[in-house]
Amino acid sequence: MTLEIYKEHILDLYKNPHNKGNLKNPTYEFSKNNPICGDEIKIQILAKNNKIADIKFCGQGCVISQASASLLTDKIKNLSINKIKKLNKEHILEMLKIPISYTRIKCALLPLEAVRGALENVRN
Amino acid sequence: MNSFKKDFPIFKNNPKLVYLDSASTSQKPKQVIKAISDFYEKENANIHRGIYALSENATKKYILARETIAKFINAETNEIIFTKNTTESINLLSNVLKEILPKGKNEIVLTEMEHHSNLVTWQEFAKKYHFKLKFIPITKNYELDYEKAKKIINDKTAILGVAHISNVFGTINNIEFLVSLAKEKKAITIIDAAQSVQHLKINVKKIGCDFLAFSGHKMFGPLGIGVLYGKKELLEKLPPFQFGGGMINSVIYEDATFLDIPEKFEAGTQNIAGAISLAEAIKYIEKIKIEKIERYEKELLDYTLKKLKSIDGIELYLPKKQSSIISFNLFGIHQHDVAQILSDNKICIRAGHHCCMPLMKKLKTQGTCRISFSIYNTKEDVDKLIEGLKKVKEVFRE
Ligand SMILES: Cc1ncc(COP(=O)(O)O)c(C=O)c1O
Repeated sequence: MTLEIYKEHILDLYKNPHNKGNLKNPTYEFSKNNPICGDEIKIQILAKNNKIADIKFCGQGCVISQASASLLTDKIKNLSINKIKKLNKEHILEMLKIPISYTRIKCALLPLEAVRGALENVRN
Repeated sequence: MNSFKKDFPIFKNNPKLVYLDSASTSQKPKQVIKAISDFYEKENANIHRGIYALSENATKKYILARETIAKFINAETNEIIFTKNTTESINLLSNVLKEILPKGKNEIVLTEMEHHSNLVTWQEFAKKYHFKLKFIPITKNYELDYEKAKKIINDKTAILGVAHISNVFGTINNIEFLVSLAKEKKAITIIDAAQSVQHLKINVKKIGCDFLAFSGHKMFGPLGIGVLYGKKELLEKLPPFQFGGGMINSVIYEDATFLDIPEKFEAGTQNIAGAISLAEAIKYIEKIKIEKIERYEKELLDYTLKKLKSIDGIELYLPKKQSSIISFNLFGIHQHDVAQILSDNKICIRAGHHCCMPLMKKLKTQGTCRISFSIYNTKEDVDKLIEGLKKVKEVFRE
């Protein structure tokens, strides 16, 4: 049942996202889109001592990409950059706690891809 | 079940299926499925080659299929070229058309509502030959701006490419008018009939276009077979698109001469079963009569629009003259979420950009939800869709 996707915790995040907005002086910044769906996300990271001091995302997309962005940004705040670089698909699925079908996996992974892109893309 | 639905085995095997994505690909009637299996079970042989009864029979049926398709759109038999789909038909043209374009003309006119297959092909052409692309804009009613078209089509226009029916809005474009504008300027005219040939009567002589392309799979036919119609005089002037067996008159090691049209454009072993069963699909349409299909779908469209309009928070993209395609958005909920929740109730709709990315950008949306009908759809299907949309609202607590 795909309705399992639209669980309370996921819809709550969609309606009241965490860490949505902009940072004034990000160390890293990256935008990534998923052309098939039209999902778009921009990640901004403020790094201090190889750790993530603050992180924000903005953009638009489906429930899955939006919930994934909220959860991921929560999870990696205060984490070391080295640890973040090791995050993979399994971590994201575990975090979302909903069944993700083959066609929606791209939506779930978009925020992680944006974070990876950001960490390779120094802004200041 | 309506009387047409019974002809489509997919509904027997998926009794709850509400299929509202026929613009993407249509379901297949049992007559077509039988033609495919009959060919492979009883008649399979290559064409034009074997001097034996089985091959002669296959050749005859392949030629008859071409005849059936030609009559269906009021063309001559040798004006029908078999391709893989609409996309390949247009690619065939973009590969060879340069050879016959008059000097001094270097503009291609398309519309803002073209499918990528009638857009990206010409982008590539334009890059290669340094042509300029121009677009007939859409109005706020999701129709083409014909006044602007009069100015955009000018003496420099070498090619006009237009979709007969928009696969996003279902807009029925006035192609006769556009073709006549282009003809005054001696431009080549190409009609993308992928979304029209299954819904309304096509008469290439009346349209007056030089070329017209469509796909078998959107008109009850099998996947992997499509058609390019071209005016005989033009097809004769064009060079072949691909080279190899099946299109050769004679060959020496250094050179070759080619067969006449249409075989000149059909290199390699063709999709014989595809062509034969596409003809069967056309016979199926002719048995019902396309006018009746048009009427039936119009009634269903009106019913659906009335129901959709009663939903709060729905944004409909409605042209005035519309075929059986409707685009909408619901409360800014992402299209994939709408489609996913509907899919829980076995309701199939299309969600996304519909291979029209620049158009979506122009509409300032990432996509739309799209429903599209065929004769097997019923008012019950529509009622289930409406129920489904209410469910979407519930899930999102809108
Ligand atoms: C208007 C239009 N043109 C072209 C195409 C491409 O058709 P095909 O994928 O069969 O080549 C489509 C298919 O969606 C279409 O709707």
